Amino acid sequence: MSRRTLPEINAGSMADIAFLLLIFFLVTTTMDVDTGLVRKLPAMPEEEEIIDDSQIKSKNIYVVLVNAKDQLLVEEELMDVSQLREGTKAFLDNWGKNPELSDNPQKAIVSLQNDRGTSYEMYIKVQNELSAAYRELRDREAQKKFGAYYAELEGENKKEIRKMYPSKISEAEPKKVGGN
Amino acid sequence: MSRFKKKKGGGTPAMSTASLPDIVFMLLFFFMVTTVMRETTLIVENSLPKASEIKKIEDKSLCSYIYVGAPVSGMKTKFGAEPRIQLNDSFKLASDIQEFVAAKREATAEEKKPQLITCIKADVGAKMGLITDIKQELRKAQAFKINYATYESFE
Repeated sequence: MSRRTLPEINAGSMADIAFLLLIFFLVTTTMDVDTGLVRKLPAMPEEEEIIDDSQIKSKNIYVVLVNAKDQLLVEEELMDVSQLREGTKAFLDNWGKNPELSDNPQKAIVSLQNDRGTSYEMYIKVQNELSAAYRELRDREAQKKFGAYYAELEGENKKEIRKMYPSKISEAEPKKVGGN
Repeated sequence: MSRFKKKKGGGTPAMSTASLPDIVFMLLFFFMVTTVMRETTLIVENSLPKASEIKKIEDKSLCSYIYVGAPVSGMKTKFGAEPRIQLNDSFKLASDIQEFVAAKREATAEEKKPQLITCIKADVGAKMGLITDIKQELRKAQAFKINYATYESFE
């Protein structure tokens, strides 16, 4: 009986082969998830089109300027990035209380302008703080109404909250002041 | 003599390694499924900024990547130390972006075209001047959906 059975193939090296393949895949592939701030660019203005912004009251515009030295000027006052979130929230969530700030979140516009010499890092920081301000207000409203975070909402509920605090971040064409 | 001793079973029997290939293959398949092949070799320095308000990109195949950063050390002598734009595998100018986006749009199925997104992977050291040029070109190319690639930071 024992003489008839075929000798077993040595499978000891199988693991080595599999390891080789595994290491090849580990080296050639990426596993980093693509994460980032999603934005929508405005369409190019038509030649003859004149943008009429005289209809917007200046108190409904929150002017954020970043210069080539990465300094922040918000509503004509110097500000640190760490204060920007609270500042934006106060501006959006004013409801006409403070005559300097917005009438209501629907009318409020955040206008962001940077210099060509502004660093990308600073720009992302500012963008992040602005989105965080919107997100926190939406979260607060979503918690009050539906008892959930804004990101967890779906369909109509999400739309409703978004309508209450529409994210309006306008980016002006950058000026070249401090060189590149 | 020693041969007889062994047969009597002195030490523990050798562990069977027969299932080792199975385990390794399992790992292999896991990696094959979860990962994507590297398509471009980076020739720019690319350390991304950090942000907390981020979204994940679900379908990487709909993404066209624009890398921005200073050339890597081996390329510095030839291309200088100023941040530049990398498209696919080579340095390009901002004016090449429209063509690049059009090529990507051409290669995508009709029903997925509205979902196309442009990922700007810019180094923290890049200046906004260059990024703005890219954004203007994208507006001209009507590729309005963009994503500033960032790492996740937790507050």
